[in-house]
Amino acid sequence: MSVRILYFAGLREALGRASENVDLPTGIATVGALRDWLAGQGRDKLASAKNLRCAVNQDMAGPDAAIRDGDEIAFFPPVTGG
Amino acid sequence: MSAPTIVRIQEADFDLNAELTALRAGDARIGALASFVGLVRDINDGAGVSEMTLEHYPGMTEKALEAIVDEAKTRWDIYGALVIHRVGPLKPCDQIVLVAVTSAHRGEAFAACEFIMDYLKTRAPFWKRETTPDGARWVDARDSDDSAAERWQ
Repeated sequence: MSVRILYFAGLREALGRASENVDLPTGIATVGALRDWLAGQGRDKLASAKNLRCAVNQDMAGPDAAIRDGDEIAFFPPVTGG
Repeated sequence: MSAPTIVRIQEADFDLNAELTALRAGDARIGALASFVGLVRDINDGAGVSEMTLEHYPGMTEKALEAIVDEAKTRWDIYGALVIHRVGPLKPCDQIVLVAVTSAHRGEAFAACEFIMDYLKTRAPFWKRETTPDGARWVDARDSDDSAAERWQ
């Protein structure tokens, strides 16, 4: 399964990248599992960041949300617009 | 009459009078137009702010704002709604965001305008980075913004 990952704001800066395409091992089927797996691949900030938010295909999603092949999954800090 | 929902993300400034005039143009049902403008301050969390840069998530931002306006339209009897949010570099005193709502009477317009703004603050993917005398920093989310949004639930 292949997904596109996007990072924003302080998380993007800390990781030194705005996006990446990743091939996931079988068994990574939720946002929470994806985050843990990415943290284990050297994206340390994904493990330590507090209150990290996630969106799957541009809709806010919690850690239990399912992910599927071809999804666009974004991780970012709490929003501060307005 | 149609009831427009207009959502725009742009770097350019906006002309408040022109936007509000266009939102209500030719619609004699409208008896109330409530609007809110957010501005860049020159101080935040005890530090002077000389510049602010707004980042967003293209695509999701528009989708999230349209969903917030749709929710407002289910809760209140409103006609048109306009949300303009700027991105990119901004200076103190610059306009950041405009939310405007039209309705027959003021109650719906006031409430819907405040609701849209409160939800925007916690659900629309924008991030502020500000320049202070100690360097640049990402603005932290405020608990008070979460509390403001929760009032509507």
